[in-house]
Amino acid sequence: MAAPKTIFEKIWEAHEVVKRDDGQSLLYVDRHILHDGSFHAFGMLRDSSRTVRQPDQTFGTPDHYASTTERTLSEMTDLEAREKVELLAANANEFGIHHFGLEDIRMGIVHVIGPELGITQPGILLCCGDSHTSTHGAMGCISFGIGASEASHVLATQSIWQRKPKLMRVTVTGQLGFGVTGKDVALALIAQESAACGVGYAIEYAGPCISQLDIEGRLTLSNMTIEAGSRIGLIAPDDKTIKFLEGSEFAPKGRKWELAVEAWKDLPTEEGAEFDKEVILNGSTIAPMITWGTSPQHAIRITEPIPDPEAEPDNEKREAMKRALTYTGLEPGQLMTDVSVDRVFIGSCTNSRIQDLRLAAEVVKGQKVKVWSMISPGSGKIRQQAEAEGLDRIFTDAGFDWRHSGCSMCVGLNGDLLNKGERSASTSNRNFEGRQGPETRTHLVSPAMAAAAAVTGKFTDVRTLMERR
Amino acid sequence: MEAFTSLTAIAIPFDQVDVDTDQIIPARFLRKHRSDPDYASFLFNNARYNDDGSEKEDFILNQEKYRHGQIIIADENWGCGSSREAAVYALLANGIRAVIAPSFGDIHYNNGMKNGMLPVRLPIIDCNTLRKQIHEVPGSRVAINLLDQVVVGPEGTNYSFDIDPLHKHCMVNGLDDISLTLEHEEALGAYEKKRQIEAPWLY
Ligand code: SF4
Repeated sequence: MAAPKTIFEKIWEAHEVVKRDDGQSLLYVDRHILHDGSFHAFGMLRDSSRTVRQPDQTFGTPDHYASTTERTLSEMTDLEAREKVELLAANANEFGIHHFGLEDIRMGIVHVIGPELGITQPGILLCCGDSHTSTHGAMGCISFGIGASEASHVLATQSIWQRKPKLMRVTVTGQLGFGVTGKDVALALIAQESAACGVGYAIEYAGPCISQLDIEGRLTLSNMTIEAGSRIGLIAPDDKTIKFLEGSEFAPKGRKWELAVEAWKDLPTEEGAEFDKEVILNGSTIAPMITWGTSPQHAIRITEPIPDPEAEPDNEKREAMKRALTYTGLEPGQLMTDVSVDRVFIGSCTNSRIQDLRLAAEVVKGQKVKVWSMISPGSGKIRQQAEAEGLDRIFTDAGFDWRHSGCSMCVGLNGDLLNKGERSASTSNRNFEGRQGPETRTHLVSPAMAAAAAVTGKFTDVRTLMERR
Repeated sequence: MEAFTSLTAIAIPFDQVDVDTDQIIPARFLRKHRSDPDYASFLFNNARYNDDGSEKEDFILNQEKYRHGQIIIADENWGCGSSREAAVYALLANGIRAVIAPSFGDIHYNNGMKNGMLPVRLPIIDCNTLRKQIHEVPGSRVAINLLDQVVVGPEGTNYSFDIDPLHKHCMVNGLDDISLTLEHEEALGAYEKKRQIEAPWLY
């Protein structure tokens, strides 16, 4: 009998076009997504007089440079940013790839629209020139971020050379408590295992807490996989995955849908399959999390004091912690609930889906924001859905700035930035030095926690607000 | 891309773990074209310059002894974070042709390989030794011979390193791997036919 296989091995093997003796494999790319930052890749393709091999399997949308205040090109006043959005449209047109432009309701952040439109499907191999391509793995596929040169390779050949990574299983046991989301699971994992624990590995998430998470929560967890150092974060498809995809624009229809669903049921890891590394995370002990430093691994429960670098035995880590505290202007032993916030950002490919907005709205309902706060839904369709549910009213009544979709303040390429020295509660994925602008301080939290910070003006354990209701 | 066979150059010790690509090139410069005459100044821009554009004296790249350095000796998880290939362009624009570190962000590692900027993995203890030796004698030179897969430290110690044969082949010959892949055209075509039969719902 054949040895039991993991979902990762099954998908990997199904995509090997060429296997070299030295361990490199040429993998077939079923779906390739590009964005407005992909202009280098198109440039390289053109410079070498090559063309797109499979335009029908290639998709593009503006997100990094998309304005969140204007929805037509002609209104975009940042001309350099507008040039990037136009360049993508022109490239898409020239090479005949699918394109959801700024004015198209289907536009949005690449990692939000992939699953939403059914471009991302279980069992496929997907690439995108962005590190958070790990997100799509939550749908039960192999997906990973690539650089511009690699993207031009995929455009030209619909394939990519890779060495098979080692495999790590993260089992989240127990049950997630009240107010605990996919974001908190991700931060708890990175805090426990470090920001480099996944380098060289593909991760599969499993266990009762993963089944418990809705698709939005799983996408958040897979999204943050790159912050653990791994490019790939897989979750086996189940009924929730299938339900999520059914009826979406690019998902199979009719007889093809039936065939697909049948095939997807064979994907999950078989009993007894082996992993190179196993990590256990006790989901029952996770609380709403927050970062205090400049790496996602600098995360604590909102109820815990900031750790003391002097207690860290590792020299390098101790120095990094001290540097981080100097940068964020915080002290060991301090409680984050005593720290005030300048701005709140709800958005990014980590936390801008409809479920995220619903959770935030529940906290905000009937309250007023104490600090400048904004929301940028992950796609045009999510914005529309939120408006249909009346969520936009809850937010705007509270004083939130209700924006259009894009990467926005996650990275600030479109100009949505903090001012120097400001401190944010942000639902994005990176709290690196200067990520939201020079000398700005980012604290990563879930949408509910960000909403709690917005209505109290300081970091707050969202559970205390919700319990009072 | 420019081929890489060997290089002997001043080495720059970079004593920081988890140096992410947002630090290497802050996002606001990603909109710039590679041909921008100021491209070199984008590298570590936040850490390297004051608001008025003057240099921050204590930043390593601004120190006289390291100004012409071409090899960075780094710490763990160099180049983690964003996939921005511009991080490699900014390093190259400053004449940096190689980074030696215990571990790299996977995407940044590949981006270096595709652009003739060699990432070399050496054990953490060797990286620590190299950085210490350079701090003791700033301006020391380190040699990298890719053909023999060996790094020679300032005191003459040899450290051998591993590299994927495919990566080495492309790097040594300055080859873009698309032409290499296209040699497998037949296999690609056959795969596509097979895939359409086995997973018709994808088409
Ligand atoms: S939202 Fe942020 S992390 Fe996600 S793709 Fe955009 S810039 Fe990258």
